[in-house]
Amino acid sequence: MTGLLDAMGYADWILHALIWLPLVGMAVVLLSPEERAKHVAFGWALGLFVLSLGLWWVFDPDGPLFQLTSMTEWIGAWGVTYALGMDGISLFMILLTTFTMPVAILGSFNYIRERQRAFYSLMLLLQVGIVGVFASMDLFLFYVFFELTLVPMYFIVGIWGGERRIYAAVKFFLYTALGSLLMLVGILYLYWQSNLAFGFASFHYFDLLGTPLTLTEQLWLFAAFALAFAIKVPLFPFHTWLPDAHVEAPTPGSVVLAAVLLKLGAYGFLRFVLPFFPEASAHPTVVLVMITLGVIGIIYAAWVAAVQPDAKKLVAYTSVAHMGFVVIGIFALTTNGLQGGLIVMISHGISTGALFLILGMLYERRHTREINDFGGIAKVAPLLATALVITAMASIGVPGTSGFVGEFLALLGTFERYPMLAFLAATGVIFAAYYMLPMVQTILFNPLDREENRTMEDLSGREIAVLSPLVGLMLLIGVLPGPILERMEPGVQAIIEWVDEGASGALLDAARDRGTEPGLGELPVRSELSELGTSALGTSTYDGTRRIHLFFRDEG
Amino acid sequence: MISLGFISAGSIQAGGAGGFDPLLPGLILLLPLLGFALNGALALVSGRRSADRVRNSIPEEDHTAGSVPLTHSLPTWIGPGVLLGAFVLTAINFVRLLGVELTEPVIRSYWSWMPTGTLSVDAAIQLDQLSMIMMMVITGVGFLIHVFSVGYMKEDPGYPRYFAYLNLFVFFMLVLVAGANFPVMFVGWEGVGLCSYLLIGFWFQDREKADAGKKAFIVNRVGDFGLLMAMFLLFATFGTLDYGAIFAAAPDTLLYGGGIVTAITLFLLLGAVGKSAQIPLYVWLPDAMAGPTPVSALIHAATMVTAGVYLVARASVLFALAPVSAAAVATIGALTALFAATIALKQYDIKKVLAYSTVSQLGFMFMGVGVGAYAAGVFHLMTHAFFKALLFLGAGAVIHSMHHALHSTHKDWDAQDMRNMGGLRRFMPITWITMWAATLAIAGIWPFAGFFSKDEIIWYVGTAGAFSGLYVVLWGIALAAAVLTAFYMTRMMIMTFHGPNRTGEPESRHLHEAPLNMTIPLGILAVLSVFGGWINVPGSVRESFFGGFGVLPMSDWLDRWLAPVTQSADAVRASQLGAYADVAPVGGGHVVWGAIATVMALVVVIVTARYFLSQPIQPAHEDGEPDRGIGKVLYNKWYVDELYDAIIVRPLIGVSRWCWRVIDRVLIDGTVNAVGSVSKGVGWFGSLFQTGQVNTYAFILALSALAVLGAFIF
Repeated sequence: MTGLLDAMGYADWILHALIWLPLVGMAVVLLSPEERAKHVAFGWALGLFVLSLGLWWVFDPDGPLFQLTSMTEWIGAWGVTYALGMDGISLFMILLTTFTMPVAILGSFNYIRERQRAFYSLMLLLQVGIVGVFASMDLFLFYVFFELTLVPMYFIVGIWGGERRIYAAVKFFLYTALGSLLMLVGILYLYWQSNLAFGFASFHYFDLLGTPLTLTEQLWLFAAFALAFAIKVPLFPFHTWLPDAHVEAPTPGSVVLAAVLLKLGAYGFLRFVLPFFPEASAHPTVVLVMITLGVIGIIYAAWVAAVQPDAKKLVAYTSVAHMGFVVIGIFALTTNGLQGGLIVMISHGISTGALFLILGMLYERRHTREINDFGGIAKVAPLLATALVITAMASIGVPGTSGFVGEFLALLGTFERYPMLAFLAATGVIFAAYYMLPMVQTILFNPLDREENRTMEDLSGREIAVLSPLVGLMLLIGVLPGPILERMEPGVQAIIEWVDEGASGALLDAARDRGTEPGLGELPVRSELSELGTSALGTSTYDGTRRIHLFFRDEG
Repeated sequence: MISLGFISAGSIQAGGAGGFDPLLPGLILLLPLLGFALNGALALVSGRRSADRVRNSIPEEDHTAGSVPLTHSLPTWIGPGVLLGAFVLTAINFVRLLGVELTEPVIRSYWSWMPTGTLSVDAAIQLDQLSMIMMMVITGVGFLIHVFSVGYMKEDPGYPRYFAYLNLFVFFMLVLVAGANFPVMFVGWEGVGLCSYLLIGFWFQDREKADAGKKAFIVNRVGDFGLLMAMFLLFATFGTLDYGAIFAAAPDTLLYGGGIVTAITLFLLLGAVGKSAQIPLYVWLPDAMAGPTPVSALIHAATMVTAGVYLVARASVLFALAPVSAAAVATIGALTALFAATIALKQYDIKKVLAYSTVSQLGFMFMGVGVGAYAAGVFHLMTHAFFKALLFLGAGAVIHSMHHALHSTHKDWDAQDMRNMGGLRRFMPITWITMWAATLAIAGIWPFAGFFSKDEIIWYVGTAGAFSGLYVVLWGIALAAAVLTAFYMTRMMIMTFHGPNRTGEPESRHLHEAPLNMTIPLGILAVLSVFGGWINVPGSVRESFFGGFGVLPMSDWLDRWLAPVTQSADAVRASQLGAYADVAPVGGGHVVWGAIATVMALVVVIVTARYFLSQPIQPAHEDGEPDRGIGKVLYNKWYVDELYDAIIVRPLIGVSRWCWRVIDRVLIDGTVNAVGSVSKGVGWFGSLFQTGQVNTYAFILALSALAVLGAFIF
């Protein structure tokens, strides 16, 4: 497999292809006949997924931290580059995206009836933004992609949504746009400081890393970045846009929103906030606030979810609870916590995506989302019932499913540093049963006492095709998460090391000492773009040496 | 990724296997899983077919007449078949293990489950004396119950689904007892809970039954939370979650009676209390009787509910290091044993009597493992699996028969209410005689199985020594609970099988003995209920009664068998608390108290039998509920469900609603909307600048960005 991919030069073009081919697909969809649009879009997304699978083989778990890196000048005067690359964390986020897209599109065949070409082209546009975010190695580029995801989502909710779609779309847009604007200010300030410190202008990830900032500056910048990402995650109390957006969004919109878009926030924390502002991120008060908000999210959202009469809203709130596990895992800053948080991200993407798909299938049959309108469905739709029960179990973290691995590790990692908060967070395990089982019971079990329910059809072949890969992955990751954990570990370790040692300043010294290590030449060195850089290698300036740490895994 | 080769090829990790070479241990677990996959597929096929009938308003298929579809004939062979295979394989390994002195468990590791970098958890199983005896009980009793189920569930449209769940349950139960580390054990732990949930709510179209399943799951999750916390503490303390490493390091790492080990064991206890239905989390088990009766026999009597006892025995060294936690185990056990027994006195539903009896007997097991008599606890676990499985299956046969009888005239009486029974021994002689064997066993009458195990527990509670005042009280409670056991069990037997029949004349003609596939399991379990206790006759007792005859060569066999598992716990106990006393708190040796207990139980059985035979009993609809005094309180189970509803369930729902309506909607969204309105106002002002000229926008945007940037810098 690896040989074949090498022969194709796969590693050189795959990230670019995954970002830009959806755009080509968008054009193809727009040119295809209205009634064919969904098939074209599905075929395109499926093809992209198949294409992306090669990443599994080209990504070398023992290789450099960031792989498949490339860099081209974009706006030279500002030091903006078109730089791509990925580590193990990005790898799985990209795979999750390319996997979710065809599933979401296939799941929307019956749901989307109007303006199909427009809809499916927006879905593909969304993919451009999301994959772009996960593959960007330049902060400016990242921001562009990050904002790009807003636009298609806004229209997906606003045009194909439910009755209150305008309110939901505007709320979604304003909430997230407000956060991003503050982040933009933060980005510009960081860029400015980096420029002052190193003497050249660059938005490249490695050039911004290690920008000397006072703790006060770090805290302010942390706040600006964290707000944007906390809204996206969403972290309590910035979550109220999510239930509205989910309830109003059409099924595929909800699926992509839950499965991938929320991960942009968590990814942002991991990739940028922690490494850029290590002292602020490790500041005891900050950590305490973040983890406490995560814990509140876990418990509070579970409670609120439990009393929702609307099934979709219930699942939306469970997203807040799940993402709480992600946040505590990240800010515990332990290997287990981060690994767990990442597995929760993947698992939540799969299981919550599946939940929204199943609720969508129920909605298509009964045109209602009220839990109480159902009852006894397991009798007439055994396959749907089986899928829903397995998905619900994965969602509440029953061992043997992906949800358990994630929550267990996130809690374990949090416990290592914050036992009392982990104790509180672990009660979420109880409350998860408290919100999920009543819904499952009321929909699937109880008497089949309504005529509309009695004549409901079970899953169609297409729906089986939509749900079975999701269910299969929940079980597979639950039983065999090792290959994922092993590939993410270097990325996780690098973040922890960076934050731990960056906070004491020791890492910068260590990186400077390693500046003369061989092997630097193979990598796209930012210094080519700067006047200072070429001569600065190995000298007392930060340039050049700063990026070494993240390029090389510590082999000492 | 996982080739089938792993069934046999698991890597052997531990040394000191002592010549024990297990035969295909992975296959023991895999067979029930395979059964689940096959039966599950059949269940989906038959479920789809049945769904079509519902949609088209065609009545359910009647499998009693005409040809039986493959979906209903195959599970008959697959379900019990995989269990038989697993049992035979377990038995072969058990016999192999009998011949060797195994001091270290044999560990088979199949794949690395959760390698995070700092944590390493393998998908591994461990074979030692404790896990092997548990696996013998699970596959052996499990097989008998599977066979019984063929007769009991054959007419149910969900027959293949039933066997799918039951097979899956056995798989998870085996994972629970065979897991070589806490997380793998936890897979089984929650897995059995899931199967229990699915099987309690097996007839899910009945709201009450579905509710019961949900309640079981949620209450169990409280316990699971405890287990999670215990695992976190263990990892923080030992850096690993493997049994071997933790238990080996524990005596040196942990301070005797220290805070950490006490916290760990109390969290483990919370888990055990949930799964084994002890105070205060026992409330789910009586409701769990909503499931099919063989399920109650397998899951809610013989196997799953004993997982808590297994857990304490497995982590015995930790509990030995934490005397406070151990005392808590014993105290909770004693209180539960007595409390549940009082409720059983006034129940009329035959399964409810047995359910509270199970809770009570689990309390006895907790007492045993709580006072450090781990082998005694496991001993009672085993004998209880025999006689309680038999009692539930017997009750199942009774209900089956009653159901047919009542169905014949479409009488809407309760088929489980003992007041509607009476005199059934004439119709069901095999069920009657086997259930009496089990009743005498549970009542603790010599020489039935339950006598030896219960006697041993009571004896160790009385002689445990530490916190001496406490243990004297517990000893008294244990004796009282034993007396009550004899009472409520005899009451149940008399009301069900003796006296005049109250089912009704036309109905009684349809009462019948169960078919062979149901009575044979009853017979085998009856033999085990009679003789099963002889494997662990205490040495002192044996010498007094049999020593001269040499009849029983097996004295203290189970104690000696489990010694390698409990030896480090025993060593800690011996060094800290000394040996158990030779005499009971009020004087008298083991033999004397054994004799007193059995005579007492026998007297209670006879007196109770005479009382209920002389008492006229009315059918349920004429009798009504007890309406005053302690009888009413007991009938209503001390109103604990109502209490929990008032102090936990309803406040939680209230708080949840308040969070949603006040915090989410008013506070947060109110703020958001207010900000929105303000920005609308600003927007009007802003609209003055909306010239439609892109360059104006760009200018304003750049200006504002600079302004904010400037604010940052200066």
